[in-house]
Amino acid sequence: MNFDDLIQGFPDLTTTGLAQGSVYALVALGYTLVYGVLRLINFAHSEVFMYGTFAALWTWGLMGYDSNSTRPSLGMALLLILVALVVAALFSGGVAVLLETVAYRPLRKRNAPPLAFLISAIGASFVLAEAMGALTERRQQGIPSILPSTPLFTAGGWTVTPVQLMTLVVALGVMFALDWFVSKTRFGRGIRAVAQDADTAALMGVNKGRVIALVFLLGGLLAGVAAVFYNLKQGNTRFNGGFLIGLKAFSAAVLGGIGNLRGALIGGLLLGLVEAYGAALFGSNWTNVIAFVVLLVLLMFRPTGLLGESLGRARA
Amino acid sequence: MRQRLARVLGGVAILALVAGGAAACKKEEATTPGGSTVSGLKIGFFGALTGDNAGLVTPGKNGAELAIAEYNAANPGADVQLVPFDSQGSPDKAAALATSAVADAKIIGIVGPAFSGESEVANPIFDQAGLPIITQSATRPSLNSKGWKIFHRGVGNDLSQGPAIGRYLKDVAKATKVFIVDDQSAYGTGLRDEVKKILGAAVVGQDKVTEKQQEFGPVVTAVKSSGADAVFYGGYTPEAAPFLKQLRAGGFKGTFIGGDGLYDANMLSVTGKADVEGAVVTCPCGPATAAKGNFVADFKAKFGTDPGVYADVAYDLTKVFLEGFKAGKTTRADLQAFLGTYNGVGSATGVTYKWEANGELDPAQVAVWAFTAKDGAWANATQIPKG
Repeated sequence: MNFDDLIQGFPDLTTTGLAQGSVYALVALGYTLVYGVLRLINFAHSEVFMYGTFAALWTWGLMGYDSNSTRPSLGMALLLILVALVVAALFSGGVAVLLETVAYRPLRKRNAPPLAFLISAIGASFVLAEAMGALTERRQQGIPSILPSTPLFTAGGWTVTPVQLMTLVVALGVMFALDWFVSKTRFGRGIRAVAQDADTAALMGVNKGRVIALVFLLGGLLAGVAAVFYNLKQGNTRFNGGFLIGLKAFSAAVLGGIGNLRGALIGGLLLGLVEAYGAALFGSNWTNVIAFVVLLVLLMFRPTGLLGESLGRARA
Repeated sequence: MRQRLARVLGGVAILALVAGGAAACKKEEATTPGGSTVSGLKIGFFGALTGDNAGLVTPGKNGAELAIAEYNAANPGADVQLVPFDSQGSPDKAAALATSAVADAKIIGIVGPAFSGESEVANPIFDQAGLPIITQSATRPSLNSKGWKIFHRGVGNDLSQGPAIGRYLKDVAKATKVFIVDDQSAYGTGLRDEVKKILGAAVVGQDKVTEKQQEFGPVVTAVKSSGADAVFYGGYTPEAAPFLKQLRAGGFKGTFIGGDGLYDANMLSVTGKADVEGAVVTCPCGPATAAKGNFVADFKAKFGTDPGVYADVAYDLTKVFLEGFKAGKTTRADLQAFLGTYNGVGSATGVTYKWEANGELDPAQVAVWAFTAKDGAWANATQIPKG
């Protein structure tokens, strides 16, 4: 146990943990949305995310920035990020909808058992990942450095870099927008209705198929946003880069209470922090052990996660 | 049921035919005088030809290809083939590939396996079949003590590279506080231990990361709070590149050094020109672009690129096998015996290849070089003084 490192590095660990947690949270929302409506764990969601990282990378490439480029000016940097956010979100959203149409909808039409969905999800995950692997020769690809690395501000040992601040702010912003969308709009009401009771919702005139496509689209959009910040933070991507993030994000969703949007946010941020503190205390090689022990202990006491399932309940 | 029985019997019969055919071929080979005219001989090349670490290995495969093409052109009637075994650098894939290499009786020598982890899995299989290997880049020291008779190493091991990194940090970079990170691989931990031995009290902190890890925030924090002026990374490019990038993004300005696992074009391109600038890698190999003789020109003519890491070493090692073929050593056992007494100078590396009983290169021949990233290329090759 290395308390010195934890205490000395506490501010730094908190900011990096929150930034990493924001990425988890954004991806976790995709798992939670789909689960809330379909009771299906969309294992291919990690690949939807990974396609977003490549979409952002290619967008930057087309705009003339690769890993060897010098840092752009601040205005250009913001433009690059904005364009990448739009492109990656749309691309990931498109992949997610395609995935739903090809891999899940035919099964749903034939009332396939849950196991068939699970296998279809795993199969789709492999197909997507390996296709990207073949396309990119399985090579790791560097991301251009876009935002300046100098800290935005330093106060009492707390330094915050532009990437960290932006990640957290955008994640929170997107999260609130989604929360509003689901709880206040007509589409959101449709999502909640199908989540609560799909058959009754259908009798009331809700188009179930469209709601499900919408849910996949939303999850994909969020994964695309997460992908851009993942790129900026990690500095590289590759065809199998989605796997670990997907696993962590799924855990974050369970931690917060799967099916619960706010739970996904809290679960993601918490997981990011626990990993950062755990790594400082025990060494980076123990990161995953700590993170999953915390998950296990928490589920022992709160089997439905921190906030419990809620998309399917009336109060959500 | 009967149908299945028939199928099984048929299968066995076919197998017997094939095996008989192979045995017959083998006999023929052994009786043909003047080895170079024996047809269909093959050399295996074992290593990561695709995947994240391919950048470390494909130049060597090209080097081997060049050697064989030259040999076939110079010796009428010779049709030696190079058989690639793509392990993707993964020990999990090594066993099946090694087994299939052993099963091909025409393969009588292997260049590789390129990495230490896969060597631990594949070499026992090669040893059992008596198939001699020379590795151009598996540098974990303990590989020499497993009792594999077929094992030969064409470069210095981490017992030479590790201390050289330590000396470089101490004497050249003048680092006083070094933070050590490894990836817990056979290669990374081996190198780490040797570096630590030399640096002693100058080590101010240590952390371990895992294969495929991409988020290094906590490690960066630990490096910064240790006040280190240099970071040593024991491992390979896929983790080292994002780690270095995140270190620089976190404001670390000191020296970054790694072993030959990072001596790779991907390290440059994935990290990016600005962030990789000044990073140092070492290698128990000289700069391939400054290899002797016509090697560089020939390589460029054949593949259109400058020779990369270990291309010259693999070229010379392949030529050792080919010399054996020429001397009529066309069985695994003969070739193995041939390597035991071999003593010759590689035309590209200029190294005198002569192996000790445990398969290590004669220590007098081992030199470790340092390379510094400059403008997106590995430059400033300098030999690290021997301790």
